[in-house]
Amino acid sequence: MGLNRRGFFKLLGITGMTLAIGKETIASSGSKRGVEFYGVLYDAARCKGCRGCEFDCAEAHGLKEPLPTKNIKSIRTTDETCNTVVNTCKTSKGDVHVKRQCMHCNEPACVAACLTQAMHKTTMGPVTWDGDKCMGCRYCMVSCPFDIPKFEFHSANPKIQKCDMCFERLKTGESPACAFNCPYEALLYGKRKNLIREAHRRIYEKPELYVDQIYGEHDAGGTGWLYLSPVPIEELGLNTTLQQSSYPALTKGFLYSVPTIFVLLPAFLTGIFQALKSTHPYEEDEDE
Amino acid sequence: MRRTKMNNSYPTALDHDGNSIWKFLVSELKPKGKILTPFNIISIPVMVLGLVLIIIRFWKGIGSITNLSQEIPWGLWIGFDVVTGVAFAGGAYVLTFMVYILNMRKYHSIVRVTVLNGFLAYVFYAGALLLDLGRPWHVINPIIGNGFGTSSVLFLVAWHFLLYMIAELIEFSPAVAEWLGARKAHKILSGMTIAAVIFGITLSTLHQSGLGALYLMAKDKIHPLWYSEFIPVMFFVSSIFAGLSMVIFEGSITHKVFSRQISEKNHHAQQVIIHGLSKICAGAMFAYFFLQMLVFIHGQHWNLLNTPMGYWYLLEMLGFVLLPMILFLVSYRTKNITMIKVAAIITMLGVILNRLNVTVIGFRWDMAIRYVPSWMEFAVTLAVIFTEIWIFRWVINRMPVLRDSPSWANNNK
Repeated sequence: MGLNRRGFFKLLGITGMTLAIGKETIASSGSKRGVEFYGVLYDAARCKGCRGCEFDCAEAHGLKEPLPTKNIKSIRTTDETCNTVVNTCKTSKGDVHVKRQCMHCNEPACVAACLTQAMHKTTMGPVTWDGDKCMGCRYCMVSCPFDIPKFEFHSANPKIQKCDMCFERLKTGESPACAFNCPYEALLYGKRKNLIREAHRRIYEKPELYVDQIYGEHDAGGTGWLYLSPVPIEELGLNTTLQQSSYPALTKGFLYSVPTIFVLLPAFLTGIFQALKSTHPYEEDEDE
Repeated sequence: MRRTKMNNSYPTALDHDGNSIWKFLVSELKPKGKILTPFNIISIPVMVLGLVLIIIRFWKGIGSITNLSQEIPWGLWIGFDVVTGVAFAGGAYVLTFMVYILNMRKYHSIVRVTVLNGFLAYVFYAGALLLDLGRPWHVINPIIGNGFGTSSVLFLVAWHFLLYMIAELIEFSPAVAEWLGARKAHKILSGMTIAAVIFGITLSTLHQSGLGALYLMAKDKIHPLWYSEFIPVMFFVSSIFAGLSMVIFEGSITHKVFSRQISEKNHHAQQVIIHGLSKICAGAMFAYFFLQMLVFIHGQHWNLLNTPMGYWYLLEMLGFVLLPMILFLVSYRTKNITMIKVAAIITMLGVILNRLNVTVIGFRWDMAIRYVPSWMEFAVTLAVIFTEIWIFRWVINRMPVLRDSPSWANNNK
């Protein structure tokens, strides 16, 4: 009952297939070490809540014009018609404004989730969406810890909408529309490393103005957008319970086990099959 | 004698001398048996309604017939149709493992029908995924390489669905060959069975757990009693008894409905099979329950038990895992076949409950506005299930699935 020629080729075939497919499923984290991402530092202490950035963003992306301030009654989230919102929060220091948009994570969950690479972390830093690849599965929405990707549920040809940090503008050397137009310099565009340095400088120079924390420096494994705040971050409605390591890391263990199982399990099963085969009703099948 | 007669009443292509194969296929497309059965009277309107709803969905968007929102992007169609449906289809890989690899011959008579069931479940429930995709015309992208998203669990699941459907089709293909009277093809296809089985078991192990791994990144969104890094293991282990319970349940129905097609011998074998499966179910459920307890204790969530979600969790664990496990065990001892079937049904409800708890009920459990599927989502789901049963019945009435294979097929080996 040795390994005959046919059995050998069969085994070889299975192993070959295994290696080919197994290799493809090895996780790549999406982090690009050594690459310096660009980002934006948002200073909630400087923001006056004029919402000019909302209008600039809508104009830059061809989205519908935001509501006038007098019509806004409640805390809003971004949706499929607007990529950024500025909310006014009642805090221990009175009204503080906070801008919300995609955080452009260093290791984005949406990018790791995307099975077609429609969500893409560019080497510059922005996370972009490609409609020619996306199949509309919405796994990015399930995975994003910030609930940022929005889906056009009422369209026959739905798109995923989210802030792309004005990637088209960045490629021509400009800064994002919101940062470029902010009259109070609440938004600062630059290399993430430099932004963190700048944020620390502001905290150091005016410790009475800021809480000693940069939201996004470590949250969710580090994000491209960084927040400085005059009040504890949770008062701004930002999620402070996020894990400090990246979200794609959560599935890494599973994905790494895939090639192992793909190689070992068929070999194991073939072994059991061969061992129990002598009494097998399909014996002739195999050895003809 | 009875059997010969039976086989004659279901013609195969061979009876037509193999010449008029197209004529034969066309004649096989026509319905056999009565049109106005209770099942048809219920299922036809639902399927028509489902079709109308599907047209509306492709015309006006997913939001037009579902209650999905930006915060709850996956609802009933994923949580039930895909995630639960695939768990129930797990019987195919467990049984092929038992029969072809472990050589447990007494289960052989139900392999074909189980593989058919598994195959159709994948085609329809994974097919139902197309309804849920916003841009389904791009579904081929991860296959053709318009973006190999290799870091995605969903990429793995998508590939595995495709490959597993092929593997199951190969496993089932000898029945098709027997139906068409294709002797040469039968010989070749039968020879591929073992390879397809080994490949299929491996794929199943990975994508049954992969469906659970999909939710690993939704760490902050799923209730902590249902979220742990062991979701993939839980999904895999529970797919064993989910699949086998489905085999018991489906077996007892087909043995009533298609009674005429089943030989005396296999009718008797069914009792022995159900009895044997109850022990395996009990064993798998014990392992599952033990794992769940380990995860619970390690999670240190004692404080969460005394909350509404905690009671819900206890109901699932005690009422729908521990209870049916004990039922399986007791009825295995007392050889009570009816009780085994009851246990199988409770187990299936428990699996539905568990999958929905992870994917729908426990997903964003803290939101002020909860997601409740619209009646239209239920209607489409029901229409998909009915369509699958129609195809299942069509195949059973034509191919040797429950019936014995024609004598040439056995000599062919």
